[in-house]
Amino acid sequence: MAQVILYNVTNGLIIGTFYVLMALGLSLILNLSNVINFAHGNFLALGGYLAFTLAPALGYWGALLVSPVLTAVIGIAVERLMVRRLYGRDPVYSLLFTFGLAFFMQDAARYLWGPNGLPLGLPDALGQPVSADLFFITWYRVFMVAIVILTVIGLFVFLRRSRVGLRIRAGTLDLETVAVLGVNVRNLRTFNFGLGCLLAGLSGVLAAGQIGLNPNMGDDLLMPSFIAIIVGGVGSLMGTLFGGLLIGMAAALTTAVYPAASEAVIYAILMAVLLLRPRGLMGEEGMMS
Amino acid sequence: MSTVSLDKAKPRPAIGQNHIALAAIWIVLLTAPFWIPRMPLLNLYTDLASKLLVFALAAMALNLLLGFTGVLSFGHAAYFGLGAYGAGLTLRYLVHSTPLAMLLGTLLGGVAGTLFGLLIVRRRGVYFAMCTIAFGQLWYYLAYSWNDFTGGFDGLRDFHREPIGLGPFTLDIGEETRFYYFLLAIFAVAVGLMGLVLRSPFGRTLLAIRENERRARFLGIPVERHIWISFSISCFFTALAGTLYALLLNFADPLSLHYSLSGYFVVMTVIGGMRTFWGPLIGAAVFVILQDRISSMTVNWMSFIGVIFMLVVLFFPRGLLGSIRRRFST
Repeated sequence: MAQVILYNVTNGLIIGTFYVLMALGLSLILNLSNVINFAHGNFLALGGYLAFTLAPALGYWGALLVSPVLTAVIGIAVERLMVRRLYGRDPVYSLLFTFGLAFFMQDAARYLWGPNGLPLGLPDALGQPVSADLFFITWYRVFMVAIVILTVIGLFVFLRRSRVGLRIRAGTLDLETVAVLGVNVRNLRTFNFGLGCLLAGLSGVLAAGQIGLNPNMGDDLLMPSFIAIIVGGVGSLMGTLFGGLLIGMAAALTTAVYPAASEAVIYAILMAVLLLRPRGLMGEEGMMS
Repeated sequence: MSTVSLDKAKPRPAIGQNHIALAAIWIVLLTAPFWIPRMPLLNLYTDLASKLLVFALAAMALNLLLGFTGVLSFGHAAYFGLGAYGAGLTLRYLVHSTPLAMLLGTLLGGVAGTLFGLLIVRRRGVYFAMCTIAFGQLWYYLAYSWNDFTGGFDGLRDFHREPIGLGPFTLDIGEETRFYYFLLAIFAVAVGLMGLVLRSPFGRTLLAIRENERRARFLGIPVERHIWISFSISCFFTALAGTLYALLLNFADPLSLHYSLSGYFVVMTVIGGMRTFWGPLIGAAVFVILQDRISSMTVNWMSFIGVIFMLVVLFFPRGLLGSIRRRFST
């Protein structure tokens, strides 16, 4: 029994880390640009596929570094050329746009890499279990969680300590004032969009090593990420972090007891939060209206 | 910016452009079964026209919120799908009665929307949209995983629309042309009701909220309550459309609960013109025909639909009727 619980706790932690990376990227873009990026799951898939294509040339480690950056570059191009035109308009337009983009990117991935699942090869060292007792914990899982923890710490330090990070946080609260103080808000938003896509690309590479690649691999992560943001509280990245871990854990622990309800429990948490604490666990009053 | 016709002071001809356009719309809809299957090149069929009516009704119901209240719901497939499943489940498990199936389906979707509306009326803009999307997916997962009851991934089958008994008469709606006219009659009533809502003082108040929420609030309008009622009305009509969809297909599809369909409703509304009453009908026509044609021509129809979404948003945000109206008014 202890092993079953431990097994599900590790699963929860791993699913939760994916939710967290995905939701943090979504949250960054949502907070600063007021855009719900429906295509975020497709940027995740893109990151995974790019790693698959680059791995023969660069090796796993090279692909792990390069493919998130490439994903970010593509994200920046999309933002510069198209998403940017929609900022001042009714939010329905940016929503429809990213929705269409998601359709397009999913179909493009299917066209370029085929509809069937593909594996992303891992270095041998990462494929081994940690020990015979804990056979379900491979070094890859440890590695994945470690990378996510480091990335999240890096992101928070960046947002708190660097000048650009400070501007992003300030822009979340009051973009107009930030613009008036002489910050180039257009570039800031572009950079921020790229940063969000970088996180999506990184989670794509990590997810590909665990569950393999398929054109709609990001879809299953998208809805829980939305919920993680709402549960954690819109406007609070720390809230998104806890929201993601919370629903990941809740889903995994429910799987141990009653597998069919693992999705339902996520929605139950959502409803409870909307009912009892509408601003989200760590959200500030007024951020959502 | 406002497209509401508040220019009552201007003298108008007895029969204006509006009347001619309205007559044209109804003539086209009434005669559709005669010319739709005979159209050269397009390969249309009567059931496609029926599907168009169903989607148009859902999109017009959504537009009550989107275009006339200024509230962004991106989860209307939930209420549409609940209507469809409500009707299907009624016909399959409860009673073989078409009117009762429609009633129960509409109630299921409408009540779910009304209750959920209570939770989110204070949200605005993208946050409102995000809550509606997330809540909508709940029903998709439920239909998907409650296999024994809903048919799961394969959808709910083994039911079909039943003849309607009217005292001594029986109305058989099995055949496709008859069913089209049955749909059209319901469509006409529903659209008439929506028109009445929008013309009422309540409807005018919704426009005021859309144009300037803060000012409306200062005037003492209970904004949250109005948005909630508007959301609720919209959900009831969308659920009605959903029940008709189940009757049309004799099948309830889990994809009719999926957020993709919510996106389709929104894009229909935008293609036709968000702030016009009939826009969603035109948008639904364009979308349904395009989707049918493209998906029969290529397996990569998703790219085409996606690109259409992006192009409409970037280059044609006012929609067909919106652009026409703008041209006439300047």
